[in-house]
Amino acid sequence: MAENDTHLLNVEGIHKRFGGQDVLKGISVKAKRGDVISILGSSGSGKSTFLRCINYLEYPDQGRVVVDGEEILTKTGKGGMLVPADQKQLARLRARIGFVFQSFNLWPHLNVLENIIEAPMQVLKLSKKDAIERAETLLDRVGLADHRNHYPSHLSGGQQQRAAIARTLAMEPDVILFDEPTSALDPELVNEVLNVIGSLAEEGRTMLIVTHEMGFAREVSNQTMFLHEGKVEEQGSPDKMFNNADSERVRTFMASHIH
Amino acid sequence: MIDLHGFEGLLLQGTIVTVKLTFTALALGLVLGLIGATAKLSDTAIFRWMGNSYSTLVRGLPEFLVVLSFYFGASHVLMMIAAKFGYDEYIEVSGFVAGFVALGFIFGAYASELFRGAIIAIPKGQAEAARALGMSSFQTFFRITLPQVWRIALPGLGNLFMILMKDTALVSVVGLEELLRVTAFAVGRTKEPFTFYLAAAVIYLVLTSLASFGLRHLEKRASTGVRELAS
Repeated sequence: MAENDTHLLNVEGIHKRFGGQDVLKGISVKAKRGDVISILGSSGSGKSTFLRCINYLEYPDQGRVVVDGEEILTKTGKGGMLVPADQKQLARLRARIGFVFQSFNLWPHLNVLENIIEAPMQVLKLSKKDAIERAETLLDRVGLADHRNHYPSHLSGGQQQRAAIARTLAMEPDVILFDEPTSALDPELVNEVLNVIGSLAEEGRTMLIVTHEMGFAREVSNQTMFLHEGKVEEQGSPDKMFNNADSERVRTFMASHIH
Repeated sequence: MIDLHGFEGLLLQGTIVTVKLTFTALALGLVLGLIGATAKLSDTAIFRWMGNSYSTLVRGLPEFLVVLSFYFGASHVLMMIAAKFGYDEYIEVSGFVAGFVALGFIFGAYASELFRGAIIAIPKGQAEAARALGMSSFQTFFRITLPQVWRIALPGLGNLFMILMKDTALVSVVGLEELLRVTAFAVGRTKEPFTFYLAAAVIYLVLTSLASFGLRHLEKRASTGVRELAS
């Protein structure tokens, strides 16, 4: 699989059907190191499903995902779906693709520190001491140093999402996928999370962000793509997307979403 | 105090057998319960069918009958198997083994329903987060799912545990010298049924009270971090 591909993440032609409905009709995206790509579109356009297909939380029906030159191995399963052919390989690649969920998904039986050190210890086989050291640096960075011993249920939504971001960063992933990271938050808590994500963009992290925060998307990303009914409606620089998109649909969407 | 006519030692021995029987059956029952729950939630139809048949069967039969079946059935089956290898002697399964297997089998059937419900009650995102970080399905089950299943299932398991402790008395029928059987023996010798059955009742109450005290402690520990959700 020695393909000459300078892209860190190369996703090609993802198709996905849910119960006879075509949700994704062949979506591709390529990310070079340091790219911040915002994925926009109205609800039901397939943005989140696309993101979930990239690390196989959802199994696509067609397409391929290549991470740093290594393709996720698949075979055809029931109903023509692509299923992972090698769970070990998939786990190894997933560890390199961070995923931040809309609903945080912190583990409620573990405190913040334990949430962060779990995967580095289990997956990367870090010693507890090293994992804690790594976690403390990250807690500092997301502004939760004082909350390391708190359980998720004692934190606000914004704090939970920042803890979840720290948990993802602790794996030192090559790419991070954000699935509407602020959609479940009260409006006054959105900014604290966006600031953290913005600071990650500034330090050159490679990220794909599904978001409804248009101002933020425009500010942090160097590429944008707009999905509509499972297809890419338009793709390009944020400047073009927000100011003079080719697609009438995108222009209408932008007009109603930017105030 | 009541005069036990020197049968204190025997009652104590009977109590110890009852406690041993309870805990061995519990251990077996928890394992069978988890296996049963996993089978019921399996993607494979045959496993689902086996898991569901297990609880349907056990829930549909009197416990007493299950205990008898294991005691007499087990020797019968073992002898049939042994005969195939040319061994024709009579094989007896001890009352203790038959009793703990039967009670564990019963406990497991009910526990599998509890575990199944608990696994379903855990939001799917919990396991997804683990898988997305590269954890294996094995790690995800034991590190993320199981500790939470435990918390959710614990009150129900406590109930089953109490019932199990009292169901051990059924095993007296196959000659195991547990608490009820030694009590009956003492009654036969002394002709003082009231004294001894009262003593046995007190001992059962002490055991169940200790158990419910222990369970409260476990529930408190298991709900760390989710206390306000649990209350």
